[in-house]
Amino acid sequence: MAEPPVIVLERISRVYGTGEIAVRALDGIDLTVRAGEFIAIMGPSGSGKSTAMNVIGCLDTPSSGNYRFMGVEVAGLTRDQRALLRRHYIGFVFQGYNLLPRTSALQNVELPLIYRGRGRAERQKAALEALARVGLESRAAHDPGRLSGGQQQRVAIARALVGAPKIMLADEPTGNLDTRTSVEIMEMLRGLNREGGLTIVMVTHEPDMARYADRLIWMVDGRIARDEPTPGIA
Amino acid sequence: MLAETLRLAVQAIFRNALRSALTMLGIVIGVASVIAMVTVGRGSTEQVASDVRKLGTNVAIVVPGQGAMRGGPHVGTAPMFTLRINDAVEAGVAAVAVSAPISQTRERAIFGSANRMTEVVGTDNRYFEAARWQVAAGRLFEEGEVRAGRTLCILGETLRQALFGSGDPVGATIRIGALSCRVIGLLRSKGASTFGADQDDFVILPLAAFQRRIAGNSDVQTLYVSIREGAAVDAAREEITRLMRELRRIGPGEDDDFEVLDTRQFATMLTGITGILTGLLSAVAAVSLLVGGIGIMNIMLVSVTERTREIGIRLAIGAQARDVLAQFLIEAIILSMLGGVVGILAGLGLGLAGARMLSVPFAPDPLTVLVSFGFSALVGIIFGFFPARRAARMDPIEALRHE
Ligand SMILES: Nc1ncnc2c1ncn2[C@@H]1O[C@H](COP(=O)(O)OP(=O)(O)OP(=O)(O)O)[C@@H](O)[C@H]1O
Ligand SMILES: [Mg+2]
Repeated sequence: MAEPPVIVLERISRVYGTGEIAVRALDGIDLTVRAGEFIAIMGPSGSGKSTAMNVIGCLDTPSSGNYRFMGVEVAGLTRDQRALLRRHYIGFVFQGYNLLPRTSALQNVELPLIYRGRGRAERQKAALEALARVGLESRAAHDPGRLSGGQQQRVAIARALVGAPKIMLADEPTGNLDTRTSVEIMEMLRGLNREGGLTIVMVTHEPDMARYADRLIWMVDGRIARDEPTPGIA
Repeated sequence: MLAETLRLAVQAIFRNALRSALTMLGIVIGVASVIAMVTVGRGSTEQVASDVRKLGTNVAIVVPGQGAMRGGPHVGTAPMFTLRINDAVEAGVAAVAVSAPISQTRERAIFGSANRMTEVVGTDNRYFEAARWQVAAGRLFEEGEVRAGRTLCILGETLRQALFGSGDPVGATIRIGALSCRVIGLLRSKGASTFGADQDDFVILPLAAFQRRIAGNSDVQTLYVSIREGAAVDAAREEITRLMRELRRIGPGEDDDFEVLDTRQFATMLTGITGILTGLLSAVAAVSLLVGGIGIMNIMLVSVTERTREIGIRLAIGAQARDVLAQFLIEAIILSMLGGVVGILAGLGLGLAGARMLSVPFAPDPLTVLVSFGFSALVGIIFGFFPARRAARMDPIEALRHE
């Protein structure tokens, strides 16, 4: 693999609490993600998948170990500096969609661009394009309340895409969707990865969804138990 | 970015229109009361000024004691004047045209079955000249009647109406307390003064009659001095003061035990009363602004809690602490400024109504309007800061997990 690493985790630990009640959510993780990879993380509940995503997404800082995001050591950054990394390089797709209520799909997708200081016209254009990429341009004016779960998740994906991030982080993107909609979403993510060259790290509970990725990370008790290519789609 | 934040704030405010309106109420009340009070106060002051102008600049009043109008230290302890002092002032100060001796008290005036508590004044014809009273019916006193202290009286229009209705009082005999006196004249009405004080509610007797039959002493309480046309008022005041000190045997270095007030000082005094009123109500306004501010803080705290997830989303996609701080702070400021604007409009409306009611000019003060607006914005900044900071300091992971 010639592509440069986007993410380099070295002996990353994340401990919640102290003393007797301390929980080692991450226990010495080593992981390198290169540009253009599509990675699925699986593992039993409580194995530290979300914690790992939070660290990778610069929402959280590890208790020990080194994390370099695009060559920058994240541990030494302030809260606001990490916000800047997220603003410019990371697109999040959350499990519960997490769209702003009573705010149109278009405005939801515009949101990341507001914090990049883009003008209104430019934002709307980019947001419409992102909605078109997820096949929802006709729903731009709708509030999340009037969209189906799959549509909401697609709006969330458009929001993550709109700023052309280096990496997309998706924590259980199909968690509350039926199989058919889940497949649609996964097809879309794979398209973005294949055609757009978007780097994706995704957490999932469903082996069928993990198949869409190229590489599977299996976590147990805050450690990486297996790191292997996926069998691919049957 | 700022435009975006403003739009967002306005959206949030109108999304919860009713709650926003209730939140603003405290500020609205505070600002409205300040504006209304200042408007009415300024109107009254203007009215006073014009009344004083009508009274003329050539009138001065000498009263015993110091700071009579402000409740100074000598009030009540300084000896009263006498007729001799009055006449000495009139004769001894070149700039004085006329000095009228005045003593007065409140007493019930009775005619038949009608009666009224009224001002009973003992003086002589010089008062009518100095205060520019004109006879509407009958006549003034005669020299001999004044000297002899005859029990004759001259009525003001209000008292006439109370005792005689529209009838002619001249020649009738009325009672003032236990004293009977014959009405010889009626004065032309001067109408209400500022603050609606009735200037025509009195009965006037010769000074000697008042002193002997009603007061039971030979005091003169006030000298009502009219200064010659063209004479300098300040110089006249100084001269009166010098002569009064001599007459009252006040040694050098001792304080005056009397005060010479001219119309400018009345104006200042009346304006002072308005000032006190305004000050008092400003305090009320300050309290309600404070209460309004606390209201805003409360609602903003609720709003921040309600929108925890939104804050989490914003932080996760790259909002810095200052972006979130600005968002909620601006929302609070707009809320309070909106309250300020509504308050200013309401206050001007109330001020207009109040001015009409007191029949004084409608005189809104642009500076007060500006300052109130500034203060309402300030309330937003001060009381919006704490909730906004709470929002800005949220942990994005926790916030996203919030139900
Ligand atoms: N804020 C926290 N405080 C204390 N412990 C926490 C906190 N967040 C997570 N943990 C603990 O860390 C461990 C890993 O949690 P994490 O959410 O990463 O698991 P997960 O693999 O995402 O599980 P799931 O599949 O159920 O989402 C769990 O034992 C959890 O209880
Ligand atoms: Mg999880």
